[in-house]
Amino acid sequence: MERIDLAKTPLRDLNQFLHHEVRKKKIKQVEIINPDGAHSIAVGVDAPVKIDVRGHTGYYCAGMNKQAEITVHGNAGPGVAENMMSGVVHVKGFASVSAGASGHGGTLIIDGDASLRCGISMKGIDIVVGGNVGNFSAFMAQAGTLVVCGDAGDHLGDSLYEAVIYLRGKVKSFGADAREEPMTKADEKKLAELLDRAGLKYKPKEFKRIASAKTLYNWNADADQEY
Amino acid sequence: MSHRRIQKEDHYTFDRSTIDYIQRAAATGLYEIRGLGAKRKVAHFDDLVFLAGSITRYPLEGYREKCATKTVLGTRYAKKPIELDIPITIAGMSFGSLSANVKEALGRAATECGTSTTTGDGGMTPEERQSSKTLVYQCLPSRYGFNPDDVRKANAIEVVIGQGAKPGGGGMLLGQKVNKRVAGMRTLPEGVDQRSACRHPDWTGPDDLTIKIKELREITDWEVPIYAKVGATRTFHDVKLCVHAGADVVVVDGMQGGTAATQTVFIEHIGIPTLAAVRLAVDALEDMNMKGKVQLIVSGGIRTGADAAKALAMGADAVSVGQGILFALGCNNETYLQRGEHHSAVADYETLGTAPGYCHHCHTGLCPVGITTQDEVLEQRLTPETGAKHVKNYLKTMNMELTTIARACGKSDVHHLEREDLVALTVEAAAMARVPLAGTRWIPGHSG
Repeated sequence: MERIDLAKTPLRDLNQFLHHEVRKKKIKQVEIINPDGAHSIAVGVDAPVKIDVRGHTGYYCAGMNKQAEITVHGNAGPGVAENMMSGVVHVKGFASVSAGASGHGGTLIIDGDASLRCGISMKGIDIVVGGNVGNFSAFMAQAGTLVVCGDAGDHLGDSLYEAVIYLRGKVKSFGADAREEPMTKADEKKLAELLDRAGLKYKPKEFKRIASAKTLYNWNADADQEY
Repeated sequence: MSHRRIQKEDHYTFDRSTIDYIQRAAATGLYEIRGLGAKRKVAHFDDLVFLAGSITRYPLEGYREKCATKTVLGTRYAKKPIELDIPITIAGMSFGSLSANVKEALGRAATECGTSTTTGDGGMTPEERQSSKTLVYQCLPSRYGFNPDDVRKANAIEVVIGQGAKPGGGGMLLGQKVNKRVAGMRTLPEGVDQRSACRHPDWTGPDDLTIKIKELREITDWEVPIYAKVGATRTFHDVKLCVHAGADVVVVDGMQGGTAATQTVFIEHIGIPTLAAVRLAVDALEDMNMKGKVQLIVSGGIRTGADAAKALAMGADAVSVGQGILFALGCNNETYLQRGEHHSAVADYETLGTAPGYCHHCHTGLCPVGITTQDEVLEQRLTPETGAKHVKNYLKTMNMELTTIARACGKSDVHHLEREDLVALTVEAAAMARVPLAGTRWIPGHSG
């Protein structure tokens, strides 16, 4: 295992090590100490490596991640795992705004709460939040799954496309085009698998399914109807 | 025989196009969405002219003497700045709004002319990457198709904050243009309207942008330039904030800039003309002592070598062309060329309710000449070879015009053109560009 001390190593050296040396030397485990809220820790990693960040991170930790399994042993700042493609990012504490924004794949697990716009514009990522999520979560979410074990704020799932939200607690309000739908057996199976992946013991039956009513899918630009 | 007089008094407030707009709104209850850029007349580069060499300035021989056009972009932080043979680049236009054939044509033409092309919303296609020696990869609010593999393949990354046709607005690719391939790249179902958000999903404000730009630099190992593109509104402050945020290159797109599909009210009523924006952008760079350190690209209604020359004289390092490229490809032509023969497209324009020369129906996906379409039949109306040839010819012509003007002004490098070489033909242009009204020393608001 390699240990990198961000109090002594410049961020640029850390990321270049993760981009090049880890792949070249087939390093399997890296521990980052003293992150001290630095931004862009472990961004653009593309290797099957386990990375443990011992402390809090700033913006964009694990941004654009591919393959890596990154654990933040603390809280994560805005945009954690933004645009993630694959792999796993696990935040042991709370996550700030835009967690998993625009993520294409992989799994983001947040043990605590996630702030505003969690899963905004998500494109296939699975996000499991142990606590609550803030307003506008899953805004314009295109694909993937957002699991919320606590409550959700206002405008949940505003302008949803194909992504699905499973909510265990209460919601302040749904966003445009989001609606509650009956849970199917397939939903329960998918949810059970996600909860298991996140190490959570809740039962799928405790959750509601929220998906798009699809009334905003097509805007009729050339309508010539009388009114 | 008595003659009945028909009164035809023009109404300037409710003219024919306004009446047509009101009646369309009354019939449909929807605002109009269309392609291309602002059609209204605004002060533009046509309102400036050059003061070429005579006795006070010494011109260069137009056809003989060398006039350099080499352009380097991204010298501030990037390990590998962009080096172009000409200062005329191809603006971002998406695969989705344009066919794959067209994207490939743009790449080929740009490569042959030694310039760059730009991806647009919807991601990078393999054809585009393969055909483009220098490709700028846009990071847009939608993040459609945006992925780290393509980030690492890019020669530069452009963080798009706004677009001249619709600053403050997102985009819309209507479902009729969303075929299987486009839908797959954008992770959405076929045939569904794809809204491009007006704000980025993971940052808000200039301080966040600083961190976002740094993240992109970290992902790319600080190798490629990072551009920031803004639609022209509060340009002086926006350019300053882009520089503050660490951009290597700032792209300023004026209100005449084009779009594939936007509300007409947006296109015509939001943003400021390119002429006004370029001056404000240069003011910002000069105010920060960053002229020459951060490069400026200007776009929005650049059509000719003269426009490029005037933008450079005003202080731009390069220009970017979008709609001009579409017209070079045959947009609004009466005919299209297929298997060596010209075929009339007039009936297809009529189906859209328009005619050659007036079409702005890019949003429908039914482009009669095969440019802004994903339709399997229509897209065959423009091959990459034909498209590349026309775009190459157009860029070459523009560059020859640019060097012709530069030589006439006595410059052996197009980047030596300067504001002192220009005067304005109208009071408005003089005020916006802050150059004297022709025949006077008067710069409105600044002298006299």
